[in-house]
Amino acid sequence: MSRMKSLLFAGLSLAAAAILSIQPAAAEWGLNLPRPVTPIGADILTLHNWILVICVVIFVGVFSVMFYSLYAHRKSKGAKPAQFSHSTTLEYVWSTIPALILIGMAIPSTATLIEMEDTENADMTVKVTGYQWLWHYEYLDHDVDFYSRLATPSSQINNMEEKSPDYLLEVDEPLVLPVGTRVRFLITASDVIHAWWVPEFGVKKDAIPGFVNEVWTLVEEEGTYRGQCAELCGKDHGFMPIVVEAVSQEEFDEWVASRQDGDAGDDGEDQAGSAPGSAGDAAALQIQQTTALASQPAASGAAR
Amino acid sequence: MAIAETHDAHHHGHPTGIMRWITTTNHKDIGTLYLCFSLMMFIVGGAMAMIIRAELFVPGLQITNPHFFNQMTTMHALVMIFGAIMPGFVGFANWMIPMMIGAPDMALPRLNNWSFWILPFAFTMLLGGLFVPGGGPASGWTLYAPLSIQGGMSVDMAIFAIHMMGVSSVLGAINIIVTVFNMRAPGMAFMKLPLFVWTWLITAFLLIAVMPVLAGAVTMLLTDRNFGTAFFNPAEGGDPVMFQHIFWFFGHPEVYIMILPAFGIVSQILPTFARKPLFGYASMVLAVACIAFLSFIVWAHHMFTVGMPLSAELFFMYSTMIIAIPTGVKIFNWVATMWRGSMTFETPMLFAIAFVVLFTIGGLSGLMLAITPADFQYHDTYFVVAHFHYVLFSGAAMAMMGGAYYWLPKWTGHMYNETLGKWHFWLTTIFFNVTFFPQHFLGLAGMPRRIPDYALQFTEFNVISSLGAFGLGLAQLLLVYIVWQTVKGGEKATDKVWDNPEGLEWTVPSPAPYHTFETPPVVK
Repeated sequence: MSRMKSLLFAGLSLAAAAILSIQPAAAEWGLNLPRPVTPIGADILTLHNWILVICVVIFVGVFSVMFYSLYAHRKSKGAKPAQFSHSTTLEYVWSTIPALILIGMAIPSTATLIEMEDTENADMTVKVTGYQWLWHYEYLDHDVDFYSRLATPSSQINNMEEKSPDYLLEVDEPLVLPVGTRVRFLITASDVIHAWWVPEFGVKKDAIPGFVNEVWTLVEEEGTYRGQCAELCGKDHGFMPIVVEAVSQEEFDEWVASRQDGDAGDDGEDQAGSAPGSAGDAAALQIQQTTALASQPAASGAAR
Repeated sequence: MAIAETHDAHHHGHPTGIMRWITTTNHKDIGTLYLCFSLMMFIVGGAMAMIIRAELFVPGLQITNPHFFNQMTTMHALVMIFGAIMPGFVGFANWMIPMMIGAPDMALPRLNNWSFWILPFAFTMLLGGLFVPGGGPASGWTLYAPLSIQGGMSVDMAIFAIHMMGVSSVLGAINIIVTVFNMRAPGMAFMKLPLFVWTWLITAFLLIAVMPVLAGAVTMLLTDRNFGTAFFNPAEGGDPVMFQHIFWFFGHPEVYIMILPAFGIVSQILPTFARKPLFGYASMVLAVACIAFLSFIVWAHHMFTVGMPLSAELFFMYSTMIIAIPTGVKIFNWVATMWRGSMTFETPMLFAIAFVVLFTIGGLSGLMLAITPADFQYHDTYFVVAHFHYVLFSGAAMAMMGGAYYWLPKWTGHMYNETLGKWHFWLTTIFFNVTFFPQHFLGLAGMPRRIPDYALQFTEFNVISSLGAFGLGLAQLLLVYIVWQTVKGGEKATDKVWDNPEGLEWTVPSPAPYHTFETPPVVK
């Protein structure tokens, strides 16, 4: 019996060690959450990894016992059934231990959640509006705004052309953010519910018509980060990606200046003039819809 | 009067042919109808899943357009939930509850007939939506406003179909409660009820509590769509988030409506093949009651990303985590039931064991989903799809398969083909895991659910998942064949069928005669 126990223990610790060592490697293999580039994203990854490990250890523990029983307590091996049918002590034990584990999980989760929901003290604010099926970004502090829509041509979607490496995750105009800046997003929608999600940031928030949701992020590394709409929003739900370019503060300032010279934030004309061109061959059906839709926010903007 | 009529029918022969099934008030006939209906819907919903997985086999759009794809995901869910799983469990309840508590029939036999016969009409209407202009409902089975407001007339058809399914479920639930409360054999105290009866009794209360809530939600949708109200339209002072709150106040108990009877079936099967009484009977009953209660106060964990106040997010995170305790108690009790038993591994036992293991995977990923900050990453990704298929397929559906093999000899009087049964089990279990385990990775890597086409980095796991799904789909044809073969003939089943199983259903002959327990048995 004690040999059995030590074997079991050895097996458990081996499994746990194996899982822990897989974790970093798994990130590159697309088996785990992507490598985060924000403090909140990092907190979430840590939380996720630990909870996953705890779950796996519990799973392996419980089912080692069960599979041992399946092996040892079978009729073909001559096992005689025991007749015990309850133990109040055991019921207490296996209610209390999970409760303690849950408390252990709840504490760091609560801390991370409180941090996530603190949207005060932002350095800049970007308003994100979801439309069927594109995103609109407004830099409230910089008087810059533009639409961002899928840049993958329909020929690729319909398998008539080879798919580009960023197939379905490329847009005509990405959101540009400075690194090291605390950015607050105000997220809303104009038609149906969408959800703005960038996995590397650990940010996902529903964009709901009539509501303005707040969320914040602080990108620590320059780079291009890609996400997708995460709430079913109709036919082209799968075709409204999010691309964020995180750049240095200087590059960001230059970019803002060029944007302000370029179109002075006059969006209605920008849409009509350049959007179909800059979107390249964006799915033909897409163009029709988006131009129709684009005129809608411009008009309501004028009315305001 | 009713009693006299039943009595007459018994002596003078009941209608035969199609009229037998249309006019039947016999719990066994109605149970059979429910089970056949469930199997049919399982195949229909499965065919839709095959279309979904075929489209997702490789990147690019191949066989569907995005709108039709959305109709398939929506209808697959509605058909499987309301057509396959719920009626399936009602079928088990109809067949087994009267036989388990020593009652001659359900308490309200005519109501029973009606609750079943509503369903074919409801599903004709629901599936008919696929053929009207604009196609079927495409807003996901959750019918979130305002997206569902945009849909064509098939959304209204789906709403009426849901009303009818709701009526059917509530009537069925009333019948079960009345039967269990009033028709137990002398000596069958509540704390002697088989676990399956207990879990169904609690499920019936859940049904009565939440089906009307769903009916209310979809009725508001109906008036918003057709009669100019603005419950969910923000432009006129409505609130789209309110729909989600109401929907999930139904939706979370609904999850337990679909799993508690599965707990019951597994709790019947394990002791039989471990040749040892169920461990911790009282704590099992208590755990089911706790889960049922908790199911009413956790709904918003389905919608953490809508932007709730911190305090609400914390409340729903903690309350959801607490569910892990009674669920854990159940798992531990099942393992303790097997411990030091004398086990054999016939097909029902294999399904029950797979249920315990695979349902636990779904339970643990559910615990991960409860952790609000992490849920922001998992929400609306394939991680969630993997999670609920572990709970609903390897949970609810595989428990029903186990239950079917377990009681099929009692129902038909024939043993099923054990070799084929085992083949069905292994193919189902292996292909199920090939299909759904990789979806955990897809979700973590960032693939949203409900998309008809995906970025290239998701290709490999989608290929694996689709191959698994095709295997899983084909394996279910084997189930249909085995059931057919067993109904037609086969080795004669003994009355006890298994090696000394517990329960009144094993004291009647196999196949169970048309009327059982006309004289109540005495339970000691």
